Amino acid sequence: MTETASDAIVAGYHRQTRNRLVRVAGFAVATIAAILFDILTGPAFLSPLEVLATMFGATDDPMLSAIVFSVRLPMTLMAVIVGASLGIAGVEMQTILGNPLASPYTLGFSAAAGFGAALAILFAFQLPLLATLTVPAVSFVFATLACLIVYGLARARGVTSEIMILAGIATLFLFQSAQSLVQYLAAPEVLQQIVFWLFGSLLKASWTSVAVSGAILVFAIALLVPDFWRLTALRLGDERVRALGINVDRLRLRIFLAVSLLTAGAVAFVGTIGFVGLVAPHLARMAVGEDQRFLVPASALSGAFVMAAASVASKSISPGAVIPIGIVTAIIGVPFLFALILKSRRSFW
Amino acid sequence: MLQIEDMRVSYGSAEILRGISAALPAGGLTALIGPNGTGKSTLLKAVAGLIPASGRMVLNGAGIRASSVAYMPQDTSQKSALTVLEVILLGRVNALALRLDPTLVEQAAALLAAFNLEDLRERTLDRLSGGQRQMVFLLQSLFRRPEVLLLDEPTAALDLNHQLFVLDTIRDYCRTYGIVAVAAVHDLTLAARFADRILCLNGGRLHADGTPDDVLTSDMIRSVYRVEAEVLRSSAGHLSVIPLSARAA
Repeated sequence: MTETASDAIVAGYHRQTRNRLVRVAGFAVATIAAILFDILTGPAFLSPLEVLATMFGATDDPMLSAIVFSVRLPMTLMAVIVGASLGIAGVEMQTILGNPLASPYTLGFSAAAGFGAALAILFAFQLPLLATLTVPAVSFVFATLACLIVYGLARARGVTSEIMILAGIATLFLFQSAQSLVQYLAAPEVLQQIVFWLFGSLLKASWTSVAVSGAILVFAIALLVPDFWRLTALRLGDERVRALGINVDRLRLRIFLAVSLLTAGAVAFVGTIGFVGLVAPHLARMAVGEDQRFLVPASALSGAFVMAAASVASKSISPGAVIPIGIVTAIIGVPFLFALILKSRRSFW
Repeated sequence: MLQIEDMRVSYGSAEILRGISAALPAGGLTALIGPNGTGKSTLLKAVAGLIPASGRMVLNGAGIRASSVAYMPQDTSQKSALTVLEVILLGRVNALALRLDPTLVEQAAALLAAFNLEDLRERTLDRLSGGQRQMVFLLQSLFRRPEVLLLDEPTAALDLNHQLFVLDTIRDYCRTYGIVAVAAVHDLTLAARFADRILCLNGGRLHADGTPDDVLTSDMIRSVYRVEAEVLRSSAGHLSVIPLSARAA
């Protein structure tokens, strides 16, 4: 009797694992479809055949090559990398802070990145040899600085989610006001550049940004993988997890660093992109549950999907123009979030 | 045998545990009793190594390892979408690999089946009653295969039937596997019914230590709880505590 009951439980668990794998695969298929669609869409009015022919080397029209390889591919890849980075950063932020509203923006990293960019644009300074990387580099430095401020405060007062959220909110306000000050001081033409940067746009994507942000994404995933089970356990609450022999403070700090890197890597190049880091984790959690072995890939893929789909929308809303994707994700994100709140009757937060 | 020698815990200038020494036998259930705020939870956490404490602990002649202790906190209110089987598996979180060892799943399933909880296996924590959650967390503690099992009010959220079931199970489990089990309980009759040994704390000190017959007396209840009570023995030989009136504190 017990023997068969136990067998049924094991079989049920394996069935559930297969279901989750199928759902992760579903996210992957949807993302690939959105990627293809994104590459085929653009303000240059190329036909899908022309684009495909260029990608597979069937034509050597330099104009087509330039559009496809120097504009569309980097933009699409950047959309995917930024979406995946924000999806993972969001899910881990929610996990370590135990809060469904946490996202890569909660702790002020993105405001700090924006302030750094605004500062670099205002003073128009350029890094020697790497002039085009000046703004991303400065915004990356400031995002890291925000991370160090929150980290320092948390170390001083105890690494609880409440302290981290409070420190993060203070950091957010600090850099937001600093950002406003820079905007107030800037001349009108400089202000225009700053505002454009803050919008969040894939038009800033290049192969360099793809390489740097992609490398950061891979590095951060490698940091996270060994902690997947411990992060899953974190959903049991601090006291219980400590009792299981996990050093919660150290785990939280380690993951916080990975999240900071991911966020800084994503926003430094393309600017502020809201809601992806909030919506993607919720979508993923509804589909695959709490096991981080499935939740993290699902969150990365759903983030990439949302970004690629938003990129298609940003190119389709006004033919011939590209609306900054940060505006599109916010417009799509808000009603989506409302729907999630209304539909979800569960109370696992 | 778990020996605790002169265990002290302070929060700032407040001394919560003021030198507790006791020897807890393996293979038996020890009930930890005492009024609110006398240090029962603190003692359990200190033994579990979750808070800094001074003093010495020796388990079967050697030092105590974190992996040999399972501590079940009182609070079961945490909500999450983890399934029951996942919660149990997480009891051995440091043994779980990216590719899950199938024998661990089989062991967790066997434990769930042994407690007739197979219907709950795919339920998520947020969809369980308080009592069910307490049962699941107890199974998580047992899944750790501890040598020392520390339970903070394991029956607080349970109905009468489940209170008896849980304490019976814990007592059987520690007899079968020869482990040290300590449970903080408020219900003195329940403590008398299941404990082999009772430790009574009062004001951070050990007030009494012995068998239920030794410890549970009207005098003890008057001096520790400030309650007038009768301690009766049933026809089956079990002790029963009947509270009569509370004295002004």
